[in-house]
Amino acid sequence: MIDLINVSYDTQIPNNVGLSSDKRVLKALEKWHPGYINWWNDLIPQNFQKSMVYLRTAVSVDPKGWAKFDYVKMPEYRWGVLLAPEVEGRVIPCGEHMGQPAWQEVPGEYRNMLKRLIVIQGDTEPGSVEQQRFLGLTAPSLYDMRNLFQVNVEEGRHLWAMVYLLQKYFGKDGREEADDLLVRSSGSEEAPRMLGAFNEETPDWLSFFMFTYFTDRDGKMQLESLAQSGFDPLSRTCRFMLTEEAHHMFVGETGVGRTIEKTCEVMNANGITDPYDIDKIRDLGVIDLPTIQKKLNLHYTLSLDLFGQEVSTNAANAFNAGIKGRYMEHRLKDDHQLKNDTYPVWDFVDGKLVRHEVPALTAINMRLRDDYTRDAAGGVGRWNKIIEKAGIEFELKLPHESFHRQIGVFSGKTFDPDGNLLSGEEYDKRKNDWLPTHADGDFIQSLMKPVTEPGQFASWIAPPKVGIDNKPGDFEYVKLYMA
Amino acid sequence: MTKRIDFQTNPSMYRHWRVDYDGDVANLTMDVDENGGLFDGYQLKLNSYDLGVDIELADVVQRMRFEHPEVKVVVMRSGKDKVFCAGANIRMLGGASHAHKVNFCKFTNETRNTFEAAEADSGQKYVAAVKGACAGGGYELALACNHIMLVDDSTSSVALPEVPLLAVLPGTGGLTRVTDKRKVRRDLADIFCSLEEGIKGKRAKQWRLVDEVVATSKFDETVAERAKEFAAASDKATGTGIALNPLKKTIDDNGSIHYSLVEVDVDREGRKVTITLNGPDRDVPASTEALEAEGDQSWMLRLAREFDDAILELRLNEMELGLVVFRTQGDPEAVLAHEAFMLANKDHWLAGEILQYWKRVLKRVDVTSRSLVALVENGSCYAGFLAELLWASDRSYMMDGEFDGDNRPVATVTLSDGNFGPFPMGNDLTRLETRFLGEPEAVGTLKGKLGEAMEAEDAMEAGLVTEAFDDIDWEDEIRIFMEERASFSPDAMTGMEANLRFAGPETMETRIFGRLTAWQNWIFNRPNATGTDGALQRYGTGVRGDYNMQRV
Ligand SMILES: [Fe+2]
Ligand SMILES: [Fe+2]
Repeated sequence: MIDLINVSYDTQIPNNVGLSSDKRVLKALEKWHPGYINWWNDLIPQNFQKSMVYLRTAVSVDPKGWAKFDYVKMPEYRWGVLLAPEVEGRVIPCGEHMGQPAWQEVPGEYRNMLKRLIVIQGDTEPGSVEQQRFLGLTAPSLYDMRNLFQVNVEEGRHLWAMVYLLQKYFGKDGREEADDLLVRSSGSEEAPRMLGAFNEETPDWLSFFMFTYFTDRDGKMQLESLAQSGFDPLSRTCRFMLTEEAHHMFVGETGVGRTIEKTCEVMNANGITDPYDIDKIRDLGVIDLPTIQKKLNLHYTLSLDLFGQEVSTNAANAFNAGIKGRYMEHRLKDDHQLKNDTYPVWDFVDGKLVRHEVPALTAINMRLRDDYTRDAAGGVGRWNKIIEKAGIEFELKLPHESFHRQIGVFSGKTFDPDGNLLSGEEYDKRKNDWLPTHADGDFIQSLMKPVTEPGQFASWIAPPKVGIDNKPGDFEYVKLYMA
Repeated sequence: MTKRIDFQTNPSMYRHWRVDYDGDVANLTMDVDENGGLFDGYQLKLNSYDLGVDIELADVVQRMRFEHPEVKVVVMRSGKDKVFCAGANIRMLGGASHAHKVNFCKFTNETRNTFEAAEADSGQKYVAAVKGACAGGGYELALACNHIMLVDDSTSSVALPEVPLLAVLPGTGGLTRVTDKRKVRRDLADIFCSLEEGIKGKRAKQWRLVDEVVATSKFDETVAERAKEFAAASDKATGTGIALNPLKKTIDDNGSIHYSLVEVDVDREGRKVTITLNGPDRDVPASTEALEAEGDQSWMLRLAREFDDAILELRLNEMELGLVVFRTQGDPEAVLAHEAFMLANKDHWLAGEILQYWKRVLKRVDVTSRSLVALVENGSCYAGFLAELLWASDRSYMMDGEFDGDNRPVATVTLSDGNFGPFPMGNDLTRLETRFLGEPEAVGTLKGKLGEAMEAEDAMEAGLVTEAFDDIDWEDEIRIFMEERASFSPDAMTGMEANLRFAGPETMETRIFGRLTAWQNWIFNRPNATGTDGALQRYGTGVRGDYNMQRV
């Protein structure tokens, strides 16, 4: 156990914010820390807490040596507070304060707006750990188990990062919000997490990979736009979080890729050419490609909902205030204020989908979602390369953004994955072709058998090309605690 | 209208009013100098008034109480032949900015309330002796007197012609006092208020618009008689007055003002001003004789005068400073001792007047349309009447615990008898009663804490302050609050604060400052009144205002 009484923050918590001399935050963190440890301990099954996991720990913001790999028990992971280095003379990149020096303190005028953004971001971090809490029990390999735990501890660190901002810059309110981040919990009836996608279950490993590919990518887009914030501490925090986030999406992309690879390999080995020969494929202990497409449909569309309404005053306010920018704001060539610009936004007119121009300022969410879709398409292309290479005729596709939506102009209407509006009856008849059914879930679940031998992998997934930290294939990524 | 307005004046400077003292009766004559307007561009014809005229009147009323405690009845009359008073000057209103109009009306309302309350507060009764036309603001002057005598010469009338003539309201209490004070039947009041020429003679009395109608030949005699009668019936505490000398103040280039006990610190960029009230700089007077001997230099009186002046300065001269920060510094025990002396001697004319004056000053704070925040810092003296500022403010923040490098005494709040009656708000409740409307028993509980210097935890527990912050949070929380406050729309702030401040029952006063004023200010913003073809602009051209006929 960590010594909770004499926490030495400069050693236990790696930081580059001078925590030990910041009396105010120190006091707040000291109060918050035990609650966090309790949350962690109650969450992850005990034998994993006691296991030695080969984890990378962020120890500095130096791009060369920011992380260091070693075996560590998760509760002793050194959750750090790390901000990307301050950029000399940084200015507010967008909105009505554009060009003014970036704020080093919270501007009173935007305090509540900023706090809300940070709280929402902060709420997603522990949310995903909660969703994934039992996956360790069915890990397809020690390699994957280690990746899961790596993602988990880093989401924990992201929570720390947001809590640090709340405690440092938002006074009493900020401390209360920091406490509430540990009160809400994924899927809870009493106090659920704030965003829908973080209250969904992550029941199996394919879901986990899809989640880290699609939903963490939403997180990436949000972090990218917060990294453009005129509130410099937020910008610096998010810039550093993005270095970790990349690994989460790597876990997702390679996880899905390895699943596909194994399916194709087994199909070829058994002479199956029809990807829709589902029963036969499943009998061989791998996940058929149509089911993978269904999982993709589900996770992609849930993630699209995280971007909110296409036309949003909140988003416009945040951009105009300069507290949230656009993806790659610094590379965009426009006035960065969107005074007269327009942006095409989906709408639904006379039973038809059309895109029409609205003031770009109000379409910030839509634009970010479009950037997301482009970003998400990359990995899908690489997955299709694997299928193509195996010589199987099948192509994975991102469904049309109108499909299966709960938020925005498409919500409440029934579209097929190509974006055709269907009657409710028609949709109900066919939705099992597009979204995972309980039976699909049961099948996937049946494959979720833990494999804990170093270098061994479950039937449904291929080993990775390269090990973490260049370790050999039989490396013992987790030294399991045996009671 | 950007010239700096000075609220200090004295009889040697009056251009519009005259006072003749006759023992316990004072004769107050309004004789407005046409060419004595505060600003250019209008003449104050027919005894019409502008802010300058009203500043003199306020000075008269104030001096009547402090310099002439022997006066029991004040007879207000006109120095002009055919007119008592024609009300606020229309050309002045037509040319004034919205902000000036609003603050002008507020100040005139406060002055009316002050002489109206003088009878109940200290036994000085104002009587209006009306000869000639008494219209609009003129009749509102009379309405605020507690006895109205109208000459029955078949010409003189009382009238509220604002609606038919100017498309605005009789907004200096007129509409309110007709029904609430004079208790004129509502439909008759409706007729009266839409009638340009007003009501004269017997009917004015029948409708209760005046108290007496007196034949021309007997008018002066009856007025004098009545004044003597009222004076004889009064048991007012009297004495020899003290002189209210000019305040010692200096104004910096940036608008900051320094008085002997009050510091007004302007932060133009932050759109805020900090007013620091300093605790006693002298001992409690040994006796009421000693208090009189101190004249206008006793601590509580000097502080009231300086503070009052500071608030008025800000209201009319500093429209952009939206946030007023109150601070106090001094010895709370000493504050309590001074207050206790006044309370113990409240039947003495001067001690009584000082307490009454504080009541008025605190009410002036209540209706000041700025965001008010009180900071209870270490070394502060929020005790007794000064603690009222905590509850007059929209929010209050208190220092909690030790502060690094700060060796002033720890911040406290101390209640006294002063917090349980002598300084009611316009709603006739104390500020504590208003604050704890939802838990009236809390006020009783607080009575048990009289004299207890409550530190932050206790003050929070008792609900006396909004938030307490320790050394770690204080600076940031206060800064952020102030920045946030300064970023809101001033209009929305004014509206929100005015609504939240006056919980509880309506009184004539709250109706005047809330309902009447709000409607008037709305009308002041509407083209029917103030547009280029509106009634105020067209007044005197012979052409009626061009009205948009849509009801809103
Ligand atoms: Fe994260
Ligand atoms: Fe992540």
